[in-house]
Amino acid sequence: MTEQNQAERVPAKILLREIAANAYQKAWDAKNRGEKVGWCASNFPQEIAETLGVAVVYPENQAAAIAAKGGGLRMCEHAEGMGYSNDMCAYSRISLAYADTTVAEEMDMPQPDFLLCCNNICNCMIKWYENIAHDLNIPMILIDIPYKNDYETDDDTVEYVKVQFDQAFKDLEKITGKKFSEERFKEVCAVSQRSAKAWLKAAEYCQYEPSPLNGFDLFNHMAVAVCARGTIEAAEAFEQLAEEFEQAVKDGTSTYKGEQKFRILFEGIACWPYLRATSTPLKENGINVVATVYATAFGVIYNNTAEMMRAYSYVPNCVSVERAADMRIDVGRQNKIDGAVIHTNRSCKLWSGIMPEVERRLRDELKIPTVTFDGDQADPRVFSEAQYNTRIQALAEVMAANKEAAK
Amino acid sequence: MSSLNEKLAVLESVAAKPAQQLEAFVAQGKKVIGCLPVYCPEEIVQAAGMVPFAIWGAEMEISSAKQYFPPFFCSIAQTSLEMGLSGRLDKLSAVLIPVLCDTLKCLGQNWKAGVKNIPFIPVIHPQNRKIEAGVVFLSKQYQKIAAELGKISGQEVTEAALQKAIEDFNKHRAVMREFSEIAAQYPDLISPLQRNAVIKSGGFMDKNEHAKLVSEIIAECKKQPVKPWSGHKVLVTGIIADSPALLKILADNKFAIVADEVAQESRQFRTDVPHDADPYRALALQIANMEGCSVLYDPEKKRASLIVDLAKKHGAKGVIYVQTKFCDPEEFDYPVIKKAADKAGLPLVNIEVDQQMRSYEQARTALQTFADVLA
Repeated sequence: MTEQNQAERVPAKILLREIAANAYQKAWDAKNRGEKVGWCASNFPQEIAETLGVAVVYPENQAAAIAAKGGGLRMCEHAEGMGYSNDMCAYSRISLAYADTTVAEEMDMPQPDFLLCCNNICNCMIKWYENIAHDLNIPMILIDIPYKNDYETDDDTVEYVKVQFDQAFKDLEKITGKKFSEERFKEVCAVSQRSAKAWLKAAEYCQYEPSPLNGFDLFNHMAVAVCARGTIEAAEAFEQLAEEFEQAVKDGTSTYKGEQKFRILFEGIACWPYLRATSTPLKENGINVVATVYATAFGVIYNNTAEMMRAYSYVPNCVSVERAADMRIDVGRQNKIDGAVIHTNRSCKLWSGIMPEVERRLRDELKIPTVTFDGDQADPRVFSEAQYNTRIQALAEVMAANKEAAK
Repeated sequence: MSSLNEKLAVLESVAAKPAQQLEAFVAQGKKVIGCLPVYCPEEIVQAAGMVPFAIWGAEMEISSAKQYFPPFFCSIAQTSLEMGLSGRLDKLSAVLIPVLCDTLKCLGQNWKAGVKNIPFIPVIHPQNRKIEAGVVFLSKQYQKIAAELGKISGQEVTEAALQKAIEDFNKHRAVMREFSEIAAQYPDLISPLQRNAVIKSGGFMDKNEHAKLVSEIIAECKKQPVKPWSGHKVLVTGIIADSPALLKILADNKFAIVADEVAQESRQFRTDVPHDADPYRALALQIANMEGCSVLYDPEKKRASLIVDLAKKHGAKGVIYVQTKFCDPEEFDYPVIKKAADKAGLPLVNIEVDQQMRSYEQARTALQTFADVLA
């Protein structure tokens, strides 16, 4: 590609934003055509809906967007008015509120005709979708991927998941009237692999010193990894993203503005209502995020169906504490982190409940300082800017001292 | 009457001091396996020649558990881990910990990381429990658990032994169901605290022995005439409702628990293990047959109609939703159940409980008001 062509190319981040928006537009168009549209869990095997040509939208994604645009409090309070506890996951509260109100100016999406649920991300997902299925009197398809204590997923689990995977196709065919095609399935799997590999490759550029990207960008790009990784557009956009990073490394540029003094792992879901408040102190202290577990989360790689079942069982929230710790240690080691910031996410018990142990292993193994802060993925009432600033400041001081000592 | 109270007192003592039971078993040379919420295959423990011992947390302060759990996790998990970390459960040979909710998943992992001297065996229930693949999956899980338990006890689990255990446990379940009916008929003889103690003590005793004692209690009650109850008949639902302070408030307000839909109580005995030539499959089918539990996949929210029907059947005039603090599954269910209760004309009150709670004043006020509503 000539330098001129590259300069004319729409930047990957814009493409990715358009792809995410288009995914929602596709769903609206389908709904308006009278087709059935579903709400889908973020880690549900997206190959199923994609193969059948069925439009789905992602409530977690919607909740994140609503929270990022300032609607989190309103929606959470609406859910609490319906009788839901403020202890519950804020994504679920926002979504249950949305199923009730059917409008959210921050991000509207079609109401569901069916639900696609997978609990590899958490069991709260099941309860959340149960309630929507019941309230709206619509069918729910559940692929249960049991939590495992073992490091590897055994054959019994693969067998159990595969039966449900196959059944999900049949159930969705019945619900939507769309037909399965082996050829299309192979195509979708191939494209999904291309996307996943490209996503992983792009994220791997964080290894470089300095990193050609502001790690916080990954949180935004992730939306496409969730809602469109079975599409050729996503594959191409991620490949372009990787190419842009490659070029940035050659040029010595970065989307992180300023000197990258320190490299960190940012652990946990983003604090969507406080993206600026959580990124600014990092910038002010010359800290760049060069590692998150999100890369692996959506890098769903497989060569055959059994591997696909396993891949969906290795998402971050479905693995043992040993594997969870190794995921962070590996990316932390690979990307040469100086420290870690851990978001104790009030909304997510499954994630937060093993974090103290994971944090200990991270510190012990990589010999790095870590700090935690209290926040929430979507409920703005939990985060304290003062606490966050203090903790980032403290981490920066320790990392600086460590660097001095190492000289 | 004194004979009844004596028998009740025995079980009250067991329920209040389970540690003594644990000591006694170990002193007898028995191995004891801790069984954490919500469902464990206790029959397999028995068939392996060991004693299943219910661990549902305790009313205590936590300190070491804070190294593992942030504050917003239920007390059942936190205090259970605390007991493990502090050495209080050192006499257990292993613990069985299910993955039925997100907190339990973390509890298992934290136990494995922190309580190195008590082996942790996961119990992995399929949520798609009714499909054949789910039954097969669970059956295989149970076989794995049997192999582990057999290694610990040195006594291999035979199918014959397991069938016998299933028979014993089903007999026990039948006795407990009858007790629940009797307690509903004789609230003047059996207080809420005593009702809970009779049920809870079963988790710390040999099931045959417990069934025998409870049968005697039932027989004693039946000797007495059924008297009309001047107080309020209620159904209690939730994960756990065993706090003595709470149960005393219920008694003070003349609430009679005529039925429960509580995980620690009737959810343990309302569904028998069906007969099957393969005992592992039979145990898996029991889980497949269970309905209306907050930690088992329930897309039709059958729990709501189960509660309404149960309340009506036993003449309950209201429902007490005992919300375990930080329990997500119960929090998700609450509005659905409230709506169903409202539709059925059943007043419902939500009372938050926590094993670390020191003051029940808020619960007292709410329950006093509820009593007024029902009056």
